[in-house]
Parts: sequence; structure tokens; C-alpha cells
Amino acid sequence: MPLLDVQDLFVRFDTHGGSVRAVDGVSFTLEEGETLGLVGESGSGKSVTNLAMIGLIPSPPGTVQAKTIQFDGRELFGLDDVEMRHVRGNLISMIFQDPMTSLNPLLSIGRQLTEVLELHKKMTRKEARGVCAEGLADVGIPNPERRLKQFPHELSGGMRQRVMIAMALLCKPKLLLADEPTTALDVTIQAQILELMGALQHKHGTAILLVTHDLGVVAGMADRVNVMYGGRLVETATTDDLFGTPRHPYTSGLLASVPTLAGDAEAELFSIPGAPPDLAALPPGCAFEPRCAHADTRCAERVPPLEPLAENAGRAVACLRAEELTSPAGGAS
Amino acid sequence: MSLPLLTVEGLHKHFTVAGRPLRAVDGISLELERGQTLGLVGESGCGKSTAARTIIGLYPATAGSVKFEGHELTGLSRRGWEPYRQRMQMIFQDPYASLDPRQTVTSILTEPLRIHSLGKPRKRKLRAMQLLDAVGLNPRHLNRYPHEFSGGQRQRIGIARALALEPDVILCDEPVSALDVSIQAQIVNLLEELQERFDLAYLFIAHDLAVVRHICRRIAVMYLGKIVEIADRAELFENPSHPYTRSLLSAIPHPDPVAERNRTRIVLEGDVPSPIDPPSGCTFHPRCPDREKVAGERCVREVPELVTLEGGRRHACHLEPGSSHGC
Repeated sequence: MPLLDVQDLFVRFDTHGGSVRAVDGVSFTLEEGETLGLVGESGSGKSVTNLAMIGLIPSPPGTVQAKTIQFDGRELFGLDDVEMRHVRGNLISMIFQDPMTSLNPLLSIGRQLTEVLELHKKMTRKEARGVCAEGLADVGIPNPERRLKQFPHELSGGMRQRVMIAMALLCKPKLLLADEPTTALDVTIQAQILELMGALQHKHGTAILLVTHDLGVVAGMADRVNVMYGGRLVETATTDDLFGTPRHPYTSGLLASVPTLAGDAEAELFSIPGAPPDLAALPPGCAFEPRCAHADTRCAERVPPLEPLAENAGRAVACLRAEELTSPAGGAS
Repeated sequence: MSLPLLTVEGLHKHFTVAGRPLRAVDGISLELERGQTLGLVGESGCGKSTAARTIIGLYPATAGSVKFEGHELTGLSRRGWEPYRQRMQMIFQDPYASLDPRQTVTSILTEPLRIHSLGKPRKRKLRAMQLLDAVGLNPRHLNRYPHEFSGGQRQRIGIARALALEPDVILCDEPVSALDVSIQAQIVNLLEELQERFDLAYLFIAHDLAVVRHICRRIAVMYLGKIVEIADRAELFENPSHPYTRSLLSAIPHPDPVAERNRTRIVLEGDVPSPIDPPSGCTFHPRCPDREKVAGERCVREVPELVTLEGGRRHACHLEPGSSHGC
């Protein structure tokens, strides 16, 4: 049984501009100890998918629907606030993008960390303090006892993100939801944090759902990758398969658009024409059809289902032409 | 050799924070040739944006010189600046914050012409339509407001505005870092196309070295207000000489799982120090992986000069070039 099994997740936001289908029927599973990358551009629904699973979509304006969100044998969909609070930060933890705004500026680091253990593990503050100091040492923060007394503004961005990671791991969760954990950081600090996350995962066996737009980060961290576009999953594959032989035209276009440190620096970058779709007015067919070089008439008629490939049941593509397009790189690679 | 379009020498920009000097730009020198792109890269707080803003006169320089075709720009009055403003323009990072939400596209694009009293109103509107066409937008969208455009389209409007006065130089301050990958590639290609068409020189500020590698022929790497290395693209990427450049390159994740598994990353320890209280000697020394290769405590005591090496490369490091290539 997978650790996490999400089936038919829908998230809708009712706005003045109409109903926005942010997540439109997403299904996936995550195994214990696995790192699953969830990639896509802004507005593709990747963060909303994450938030919906742990009941963090404000309602109104949001509405969440799902057939099931099974986590470690228990159903998360439909839990009330009190039950969900027992899950969040305890069994499932989160790290957010912005280490500047995700810590409370008015409380000391120590107070914010011990709260987690007092709440979930019923420890006294004194007991919790010792565990928290160990937690900080674990994420490579020197002088943890002194750091516990400090406030967020006294720490650099990299240090704050380490504190966030330490906080997320205090209750030894089985699943860590990491939403763009290194996007706000400089590249040398990002390298430190990625290395740390890898080491901690190895040590504790935590599964990670890594939401990011950075294909380089995914390539280095994830075992498998889900690609989202217009609120739907368009491709799912092992990291090696996805980067080696992308099968959805959006995936291959995305990979070809990324400037890299290898390859011809003089060559013009491949670019996908047009812009991502308006989620309040999705086309009736494939959401990528208006930008796709391989679209034919059928593509505009109905939404292609995410179907396993004939030659490899471990990967699935939502493209009517997936079987005939073996390398739909748009002529770029 | 002809005069470079833009020559920056020993440029300083200091601020005062809580009564103490903050040397945001601490003596940088660079040249920009006509029609060329010079990249200025570094992590947040290294002073790259302040450098650009000081070069274009948005901040008065604390010391040093900026010459446009040999004419000194620092210390010029507002009036004195006027002829040069037309020839140097700027594109900003955030396409949401850099356009006035209450102005139509026409108004945004003709404002530079109005300020410099160029053309009659009808001609100006025609010019605005040409500009929209040049950046790949529909000229019929002249009467729309910024909120009616996507992020990528807004960045195109920002570029069109910068082109309005037919400048020779555009300072691009992180022009693609707020954009999604598929849109980023469109804008990079547009900037390259416009450069060829209008013979533009770009000072291209970015933290993404992969983007810089695509668009820049020559690249300057900054750390704590100083340039630590300047080299041509091939040299910098294939054979970086300063330990900071090498660490920076090695920290970039590659979108290739096989390459990611097989590489050894130089992970720098610690954070970028505060520019209010920079380390002594070489400001990179507390984080430098090669510090022990330099005899004595030279890196701690002595600020390394930016010296010219073979092939026009310059670097500021006490280490002999070529003696540190362990990666």
C-alpha cells in the first residue's frame, strides 16, 4: 500500500471573474521514503494540490473535492479541523518557500519550535527545549542553545530555512511537503539546503513531495516526477525517464526551454509559443493544445486522460498522440 | 582600438546604515562595447543592482568614474544628464511593479518621447505601435492597461518602453528572473533579436548563470561589492579561475538526473557576510575552499587586486591561476 494515495482531487475557487479550476482531477501515489517531484509553472496548480491535501484551502472561496486522500491507512479527505490539526505538523509536515514570512517575527525561535512538541507530543516546555536544540544541531545550526533565544530577524535566509526544516522534522513525520523550499535562496545556500534535505531524508526515511518550478532541483532530488499543466497532471515518470525521454509535448518543450551550463551557448533557446492557460476559461480539449506544435483536431475536442504507456506501465502521459510521438521535442533536441 | 561605449573605473557607492558605512559597490571597473552584452552576476546583496543604478545615475556615485563614449557622467547636473538619458535605458525585474497600473500602454510608451520633446503627438502614437510590433505584441492593444497583460507580455512592454528613445545601451536588471521558464526563453530570444536589429549593448544583471551563459559574451562576477573575476564566456564557464566563481558554478543544479548523480558539488560553508562588517583581506576568505593553498595568512590580511591574466581574463585572488583546479 502506498504511503499517500490521492484520487480525483479537484479544487475550485469562486471569484468575481468566474469559477477557477485550480486543480482539475489529479490522482497520484507516493511510496514510503520516496521523493516525488511536482513540477509546473506558476498557476499550474502544484501548490494548491499540496495545500488541499492537508486542508489548508480557505473556504470560501475554495472548494475541495476528492474521491480519496489516503495517508498511511487513514482517510484525510473530510477530516474536520481538529482531526486535521493532529495530522498537520505531526504526521505530515510542511516547508514553505519564503523563510522570511513563514516564521512568526514576534516569537523566539525556541518558542516556535517547542510549541510543536508541546502540542503534538504533550511534552513540557523544558523537555521540548532539549529536543529542539538537538533538532537545530541536526540541521547544521551551530550553537543551538543560543539560537533558541533569538528571533527570526536575527537569522539569515538560509538559517531561517534550516529552522523551518528542523521544525518540520521535530515530530518525525512520514511525509514532508516541501513547496519551493529553496526558491527564495541564493544558489550557494540552495546547495547547502538541498544537501541537508537529502541527508535528513536518508537518516529518517521521510517521504518528500517536492513542489518546484526548478527542473535542476528536481533532477537532483526526485525519484519520480509529476508534471502539471493547467491544473492537471500531464505526465508522470521516473526522473530518469522523464528527463531522458519526455513524452508529453509540454514536458519536452519545458525541458528544451531551460538554459543549461552544457550545450551550445550560441544557439537560440527553444521557446514554447503563447502563454499558460487562463484557469477560469480552460479550453474544452487539452489545455496545452493552443501552444502545442503536434496538436491535431482531436486534441481540441476532449481532455486527454492520463494513461499508462504501452511499453512502460510505470509512466503515464495525458496526450492523445503520446504513442505515436516518441520524441515530441518540437524539433529542438 | 575604438573607445568603449561605456567605461566604468573604480566606481564606489556607499550608503550609511545606522551611522556605519555600507560599501554596496566597492570599486568596480568594467567596459561595455557597442552591440555587446556584459553579464554582471552574483548573489543577492553583492551590489550588482546598485552598480547598475549608479552607472545610470539613479544613485550619485560616492567615488570613481563612469564615461559614456569618453564623456564623464558622474557629477553631471540633471540637465547635463539629459542627452545621455536618451542613450541609456533600463529594464527592471518585476513586470508588475515597473509599469504604472493607471497608464495605458500608449501613455507608457510615449512618455519618454514626451519628456524629451520628441515628435508630434500623432507621430508618437505611431511610434508606440511600431514599438509594440518590435517586441511581438499586437499594436492594436495600445489602449489597454498593464493588468490586461500576462507577466511575459508586461515584460515586453517594459522592453518597448526602453527602446522608445532608440538607446545605445540598456541596463537589464534581472529581466527574466520573475518569469516562468517557457516565457523566460521567449524574452531571452527577444532581447537577442532586438540587440542584433538595433545594435544595442546590454549590461545584463542576473543571478542565473545558465541564462547569462546564453546571452552574454563576457561576464563579471561580483562578491560583496567587488568584481572577483571578469572573463569571456567560454573561459569563465569552462575554466573558472576564482574560487568563488567555481563554487557558484558548481552549486547550480543541472536539469539532468545523470549529471546530478555523478558530480561533486563544492558546497560553500556559511552565509554571505554582511557588507556593513565585511571580513578583512579578501572578503571571500571565510568561505573560500582554497584558502589553505595560499601561504601564510595572506588572504586574511591583504585585499587581492584585480589583475589581468592571459587572454584578457581578470581576477582578484592571491592564488596562482591554474593551481587550484581540483574539480
